[in-house]
Amino acid sequence: MTWVWENLDLIWDRTLDHLILSVPPIILSFVIALPLGWLANRYRLSRGVILTASGLLYAIPSFPMFIVLPALVGTTLRSPLNLVIALTIYGVALMVRVVADGLASVDADVQRSAVAVGFSAWTNFWQVELPLSGPVLLAGLRVVAVSTVSLATVGAVIGAQSLGSLFTDGFQRGIQAEIITGIVATVLLALLLDAALVAAGRLALPWTRARKAVKADARLRPPVEVTP
Amino acid sequence: MIEFRSVSKQFPDGTLAVDDFSLTLPSHRTTVLVGSSGSGKTTLLRMINRMVDPTAGSIEIDGVDIASLEPVKLRRSIGYVMQNSGLLPHRKVVDNVATVPLLRGVPRKKARADALAMLDTVGLDRGLADRYPSQLSGGQQQRVGVARGLAVNPNILLMDEPFGAVDPIVRAELQQELIRLQTELGKTVVFVTHDVDEAFLLGDQVVILQEGGRIAQIGSPADILAHPANDFVASFIGADRGKRALHVERHDGRDVLVDSDGRLAGVLVGDSAPGQVGFSR
Ligand SMILES: Nc1ncnc2c1ncn2[C@@H]1O[C@H](COP(=O)(O)OP(=O)(O)O)[C@@H](O)[C@H]1O
Ligand SMILES: [Mg+2]
Repeated sequence: MTWVWENLDLIWDRTLDHLILSVPPIILSFVIALPLGWLANRYRLSRGVILTASGLLYAIPSFPMFIVLPALVGTTLRSPLNLVIALTIYGVALMVRVVADGLASVDADVQRSAVAVGFSAWTNFWQVELPLSGPVLLAGLRVVAVSTVSLATVGAVIGAQSLGSLFTDGFQRGIQAEIITGIVATVLLALLLDAALVAAGRLALPWTRARKAVKADARLRPPVEVTP
Repeated sequence: MIEFRSVSKQFPDGTLAVDDFSLTLPSHRTTVLVGSSGSGKTTLLRMINRMVDPTAGSIEIDGVDIASLEPVKLRRSIGYVMQNSGLLPHRKVVDNVATVPLLRGVPRKKARADALAMLDTVGLDRGLADRYPSQLSGGQQQRVGVARGLAVNPNILLMDEPFGAVDPIVRAELQQELIRLQTELGKTVVFVTHDVDEAFLLGDQVVILQEGGRIAQIGSPADILAHPANDFVASFIGADRGKRALHVERHDGRDVLVDSDGRLAGVLVGDSAPGQVGFSR
């Protein structure tokens, strides 16, 4: 524990580094996956192509990805940007399927009636399909957030500072407390981001709780005999 | 006035849902399309707001061929109410009712105020305005659906089995409410149902459909009951059985009406004037 108290500044700095490495990929993967997921959900042909391609992306082992990426995008081998791009690719790979599934989960009757009362394709997407896929998107985003935070530790190996640097450094110098701190802080950060997403979901998707409130309400009341 | 001129619809899979259908639907009247499931009612209804485009023939609204109108704009000018309300589950009741005015660019405040007034019109408590659709009963949801359909004060109201999924008591209530509304508002209503009783109750003009949108008979409820065009119609409306097939029995010096199951339907009072509902047999 003394190591922790003596190195609070270091831990805080690595935590910020870690956030800077992992938050942009989470946001970017959501934004990029939206049009791709929409396309995958829209046409049968594009669905097969896009979902297979994104599945394959996720199957690329992370280490070769870090080596090949700089050559492909023209960054230097030790640039943190490599990690951000790699994490975004993994995030997109996960999110595309989530977006496609989320859009597909929207009730067909609701969609039809939205068209019938005069939503255009554009307003229908933003005002009906997207919000109604919210619960599915949120669940997917939580997975992406946690996996991104955990994957970001790998950055330490290619020189991008993060909480992962605490355990690489700890290993090299034989400081057990530093290793443990790195692991615990990573887990805490993942939990924190997850909690933030859940809170954001509560704000953004109020109707999902309304339904539960009614059910809870119904459970509290004694059953009333209804005779037609 | 809505006019179907030799309209056909063949879906890409080959199904001929509507085959050479012609009909005039007078303004400010309720026309009911009634037929069994699969007879093409929904397809016909959806052709009026261009959810479905005919593969042959044309449809005119007040003399304008709707093929020349922009579908989204057309839909925003026509009320649409469907079974299971089709309300947006993520919007509060008041916002659901305000949906189409908002799409048409009415300022938010005015749209919401109008929506509250519309709740009064359809007999809903304003206290429900801030609920989500899932927090309403089926009957209340349908009322909200009707309020949403009426929110832009459209000339035309399309209703696709709007009361099909609620229990009989609530259905009867909603039917009476629609009759009241229609007396006040005088919309051109196109109402689709598979229930003959509902068709006769609500329709000024009733269109009985067979497979492929073929018209078996058009007329007022009284016309159809008095003179079913053929055996199909007679059997479809149940003119030959149950509570519609009444006969007179003399009982203690008075005429009573008895149905084909022998159940008492009522007494015969006064003389029947022309135009009144006649009974078969
Ligand atoms: N999108 C579609 N694609 C193919 N066939 C359809 C489609 N919509 C309806 N049909 C077919 O057209 C016929 C009429 O359907 P519909 O208009 O829904 O009848 P109803 O509303 O009277 O039950 C049915 O045979 C139905 O299966
Ligand atoms: Mg139908």
